[in-house]
Amino acid sequence: MESNVLLEVKDLKVEYHTDETVVHAVNGVSLTLREGETLGLVGETGAGKTTIARTILGILPKPQGHVTQGEIIFEGRNLLELSEKEMRKIRGDKIAMIFQDPMTALNPIERVGDQITEAIRLHNKISHAEAVLRSMDMLEMVGIPKERYPEFPHQFSGGMKQRVVIAMALACNPKLLLADEPTTALDVTIQAQVLALMRDLTKRLGTSVILITHDLGVVASTCQSVAVAYAGEIVEYGTVYHIFNNPLHPYTKGLFDSLPDLDVSKKRLKPIRGMMPDPTNLPEGCTFCERCDYAMEICARKKPAVYEPEQGHTVRCFLAERRVTDGAFAGSAASEKVL
Amino acid sequence: MGYERLTRYIIRRLLWMIPVVLGVTFIVMLLLELTPGDPARQLLGHFATEEQIEQAREEMGLNRPLITRYFDYLYGVTKGDLGVSYFTKGNVWDDIMVRFPYTLLIVTISMFIAICTGIPIGVYAATHQYTWKDNASIVASLFCVSMPNFWFALILVNIFAIKLGWVPSLGVETWKGWILPSVALSIGYSATLARQTRSSMLEQIRQDYVTTARAKGQTERVVIYKHALKNALIPIITIVGSVFGASLGGAVIAETIFAIPGLGSYTLSALTSRDYPVVQGSVLYFAVMYSVILLLVDIVYSMVDPRIRSQFVGTKKRSKKEKKQRSEVLSQ
Amino acid sequence: MKSKKRSRLGETWHRLKKNKAAVIGLVVVIIVLLVAIFAPLLAPYPYDQQDLSNVYAKPSREHLLGTDKFGRDNLSRLIWGSRNSLIMGLGCVALGTLFGITVGSIAGYFGGRVDIVIMRIMDVFSCVPMLLMCVVIAAILGPSIQNAILAIAISTTPSCARLIRANILTVRDKEFVEAAKAIDAKSPHIILRHILPNAIAPTIVATTMNIGNSIISGATLSFIGLGAQPPLAEWGAMLSEGRNYMRQHMELVLYPGICIMITVLAFNLLGDGLRDALDPRLKN
Repeated sequence: MESNVLLEVKDLKVEYHTDETVVHAVNGVSLTLREGETLGLVGETGAGKTTIARTILGILPKPQGHVTQGEIIFEGRNLLELSEKEMRKIRGDKIAMIFQDPMTALNPIERVGDQITEAIRLHNKISHAEAVLRSMDMLEMVGIPKERYPEFPHQFSGGMKQRVVIAMALACNPKLLLADEPTTALDVTIQAQVLALMRDLTKRLGTSVILITHDLGVVASTCQSVAVAYAGEIVEYGTVYHIFNNPLHPYTKGLFDSLPDLDVSKKRLKPIRGMMPDPTNLPEGCTFCERCDYAMEICARKKPAVYEPEQGHTVRCFLAERRVTDGAFAGSAASEKVL
Repeated sequence: MGYERLTRYIIRRLLWMIPVVLGVTFIVMLLLELTPGDPARQLLGHFATEEQIEQAREEMGLNRPLITRYFDYLYGVTKGDLGVSYFTKGNVWDDIMVRFPYTLLIVTISMFIAICTGIPIGVYAATHQYTWKDNASIVASLFCVSMPNFWFALILVNIFAIKLGWVPSLGVETWKGWILPSVALSIGYSATLARQTRSSMLEQIRQDYVTTARAKGQTERVVIYKHALKNALIPIITIVGSVFGASLGGAVIAETIFAIPGLGSYTLSALTSRDYPVVQGSVLYFAVMYSVILLLVDIVYSMVDPRIRSQFVGTKKRSKKEKKQRSEVLSQ
Repeated sequence: MKSKKRSRLGETWHRLKKNKAAVIGLVVVIIVLLVAIFAPLLAPYPYDQQDLSNVYAKPSREHLLGTDKFGRDNLSRLIWGSRNSLIMGLGCVALGTLFGITVGSIAGYFGGRVDIVIMRIMDVFSCVPMLLMCVVIAAILGPSIQNAILAIAISTTPSCARLIRANILTVRDKEFVEAAKAIDAKSPHIILRHILPNAIAPTIVATTMNIGNSIISGATLSFIGLGAQPPLAEWGAMLSEGRNYMRQHMELVLYPGICIMITVLAFNLLGDGLRDALDPRLKN
């Protein structure tokens, strides 16, 4: 069953201009998201994941952030061409975003319920009383008793604050939810609860989600498709089965290999050596070349193009282009463990 | 009800003023005791004989030990009696009551000017960061802070009183006489408020909840003025309090320059003439006023910030107003 | 420890250099300091040499900025005045910081009763508005530069002590102090070698800003007759003298005031720059 395409990002490039340098945060990213789909956007800190999300919503920091290329097609319109006024109508209503740190995401001097009500009233011409009722419904939906409407953020725990943030984001029933590492700042036990809540609600409401995370476990349990980001590019993209069963890019493989394995006794963990390239000074060829165990001579010279070995599974890697035809790169023990 | 903790806090702070009174009076008395200069001699003048001076000292009670005088004074304070001026022979308390309103007025007007100019400039600078307007306002505030306010006063007098003649250069018989002293006094504090407001605003604008508000689709104006500014003004309340206190000190100079019959100039002249009771009384009065202002500022602060308010106003036992609010919300 | 300090210092210097305003401040501060130090060589005339036949002279080749009501050369008095004004500013800050560090260190390090008593005494002092306290102490002690310096130093002690104490409290409980105690190091040793170096950075910034304020306070006291006494040249005292003849000779008010403003502005720019350089995270 093919559902409609909700969001299409085409060859997006974003830069940050500071006093001294230009930071190339996003370098030619393309994504597709269908209705009801949850896409996991995985990568290290600094890979550009947050920048992609903020660009979609149009909240890049001014004056440093600049979109230099690309299109973001949402519901048939290119978001990058819309005026600020039109974007404001979309923010919170059609596209919503939740951020990483729940402790600071809420206005400390405003009542929690009122913050949800504000989101509702911005996009719906209803009375205040009516909006309050809807807010209370949202609170109940995320598992917070509606009597807690008039309380302030400092009276809630971290996990409950994040629930409020989720309630606020979903209050207008957006088509797309951008979740930037929503559980990273929470305790592990609370993480599972909040993720389950998100999964449940977005399924019920039919919301598409771009879930930014660096945790492959979260991806496995929540997402249908995965995009692996590295140095501002999507180096591999596919369904969760593609990525976990048949990771093609050495970086993806490295991510799986670096996961600790409870069943096998090992002396040392296996990190990926080296560091991400300096975004103010990106290398000419493949961005992963320096850290790659399988680097070839062509990798340093040319940038690999997007290659589609199986339907719906794309990768940017010269090795993958060669290897898949050889068939010698399938799966790894770690990725099977996660599923 | 829910205000028990707050009342207890206020009472604790008021009680704390007692050691302040004790301490300040003792220190001033001690200082006056330790220094050269005999009030009796000063009062009677050059040509007084030793016996006359000795007699005056007896009358003024200056020969008794310090401790005795100290406790006598404290006893008087509890009755509201601050003694009698050595020179005018008038009641110190009455004198203070006549003079303090002038000081209060000039301080209040300058604070008003400082708040009305400083805070908006600070907000403007913060919202226009990275533009020349921000840099200009930083430089301008640094200029104002670096300028001695008595010099600024003299320049104002030169331009507006002497050259243009719009306002008098001395005295406050007419309402016009209040303009220059208040403006002169306010300039430094206005700049301080501008800088602090700017920095507080910038800190708030960086916060996640501001980004969240934008992500909800809120207009930039509401994001800045309703969300960021309200949060930014909370620490400014404390700063206003300490600036108010500082301006009490600055008023001493302003009153001297512009010949305003306030408590500041009174204290200064009493110091030069070694009029002990007046000095003691005025310093004590200033100290108590300052403490009261600080207390008021703290109370306002704790009421305005809900994080602190909930420490003072009970959460379990709700006040009548909160109960009403809740039932309204829930009954729908 | 030493190499780490060097690179930290070097980094701070590098950041400071980039801030143009701070560099201007530093240059002006150095110029004023040099003028003050070399005043006897730079000033064409002694500051108290009167020439009653030549009062209120216009600027000329003999008197580049004219003369005052006693025929004394204005330029020389301004140059000599820099010395007294700077002595007041730097002296107050040095003395006040010394008092503050001592009091604050004792309170912060020993804690408990000592801390409470000391801080309560500081509270009593800070209940009186600062300028009033200066005026009272200076007036009582008698008008002179030294007493004015003492008065201002005493009135800035509470805020300095509080700052030091706060810094010490945050540092005191850190692990490396426990480690020092574990090898049985004595208290003063701990304070001097471990705690103070880490508490220093915010103190440096606060001190530099304080210099500007102290110069103004010193000038203020001199202005009302409690600081530098005639015939000493000090910018505040010169303002006080010039005030009486403001109508006809405004320049006598302008010159010293401009000097004060430039000097204080320079110190403030430098202080702001130092703060940004020492901890760039604080910069917005």
